[in-house]
Amino acid sequence: MALTEMAEKLRVNPIACTGHGVCAELLPELVALDEWGYPIIDPDPVPVALERDARRAVAACPALALKLTRQ
Amino acid sequence: MTAALNESAPGGAARQAAGLPRLLPPAPEDLRGHLARYGPAPYRGRSGVLISEIEASGLTGRGGAAFPVHRKLAVVARARGGRKVIVANGAESEPASRKDELLLRVAPNLVLDGLQLAAEAVGATEAHLYLHHGPTPAILRALAERAAQRLDRLSVTITQAPPRFLAGQETALVNRLAGGPALPTFQPPRVSERGLGGVPTLVQNAETLAHLALVARYGPRWFRSAGPDAEPGSMLTTIYQPDGKCRVVEAEIGAPLRSLLSSGADTRAWLVGGYHGTWLPLPQAASLTLDHASLRQHGGALGAGVLVALPADRCGLTEAARVTGYLAAESAGQCGPCLNGLPRIAAGLAELAGSGHRKQTRADVERWAGLVTGRGACNHPDGTVRFVRSALTVFAPEISLHARGQCSATNRKPFLPLPDGIPTSEDDWT
Repeated sequence: MALTEMAEKLRVNPIACTGHGVCAELLPELVALDEWGYPIIDPDPVPVALERDARRAVAACPALALKLTRQ
Repeated sequence: MTAALNESAPGGAARQAAGLPRLLPPAPEDLRGHLARYGPAPYRGRSGVLISEIEASGLTGRGGAAFPVHRKLAVVARARGGRKVIVANGAESEPASRKDELLLRVAPNLVLDGLQLAAEAVGATEAHLYLHHGPTPAILRALAERAAQRLDRLSVTITQAPPRFLAGQETALVNRLAGGPALPTFQPPRVSERGLGGVPTLVQNAETLAHLALVARYGPRWFRSAGPDAEPGSMLTTIYQPDGKCRVVEAEIGAPLRSLLSSGADTRAWLVGGYHGTWLPLPQAASLTLDHASLRQHGGALGAGVLVALPADRCGLTEAARVTGYLAAESAGQCGPCLNGLPRIAAGLAELAGSGHRKQTRADVERWAGLVTGRGACNHPDGTVRFVRSALTVFAPEISLHARGQCSATNRKPFLPLPDGIPTSEDDWT
């Protein structure tokens, strides 16, 4: 299986998300905040070097709105 | 306003040549008339059989998303477990669309046949009908007549949809049927995998089921005898002409739009695909056809088939601003970008449609449009942005006029239909 098929993507449940912004603090490489404080997520697969940080961001989301999903 | 049947509609000769209308009888038909015309529903005897015929027909959903019907059927048919649900979606929550209401009034038995046949195809154990106005006399009569003759294998439960724009959205529908508010939820899982009560749920638009009932009788080849190969068949459209008349017309897919909609000097612009659709300029749009491929090239979408020829004496910018205000108020208010973005977009458009506006307003609207796109749990922000962006493009000259305190309209009476008294996202969704 190719590496890209194994890769995970970050996804936010926009209903659950309340715009705490923790994800953007912990993972600025992949998450920016819009002008209302809601996350704009990089749609590309999470690079291997950022997987640890991505997992931390997912675990830290107070609304449990951030997920890592296999493609 | 009651939509008229389509005898007096434009493009009549071409539609007749294509064997249309297929779905709409000349007058409302009770069970006796329905059976005389079509005979009883042709059950296949076991689940699954009809699905390959539907696949061969190329039938797609007529509720707006145009998703291949056989794929949804297959997902639910494949699912394990004893309980499965099927829902005929007649919520038609788009205020300009009247086609499902008309279909359910004049040919309720065709929709109910489709519901029962699709139920057999997927092995459904529970059938629902979701209606904007709740149970109508035509539906109640059809169900009673069918029950008296023991025609239906599953009894049908009717649920009334709240008068909200998003009430017919699949996940909102499932939430309403479960007794909750008709609010969208985040997917996955899809309702075809885990829907009402957590069981596989097939949701099909009422018109889609009527087409399915005809494919079950006459076969895929017959179905494909109308429309282009890539998008076969016919579709119900709700057409507004500059004279203000509203008609439901069953049109061949691929038909020239100008055979359905006025494009003359009486027309300012077209709105195709309803309030999640696209404004199209004339005369450039006059060569387009009624199919997804043609409209996609112009960033358009057919939606549930609402087609409007805006009269030349109206201001398109003012109309677009009014509808955008409605769409913003119809946000479920659940997703941050939609909750924050849509009211700002609507306020910006209202400012552009007013007299004089701040220099940055247009750029603000375009930035907010970009910010909300693709970031909702449902397609409401994306559809609203499609509508708004096309308005900004098509009515750009009007924006310049308004900036100077002028307006090209000579008639200020609102044209596009909206419900009386727009509710807000805090209001009742049940």
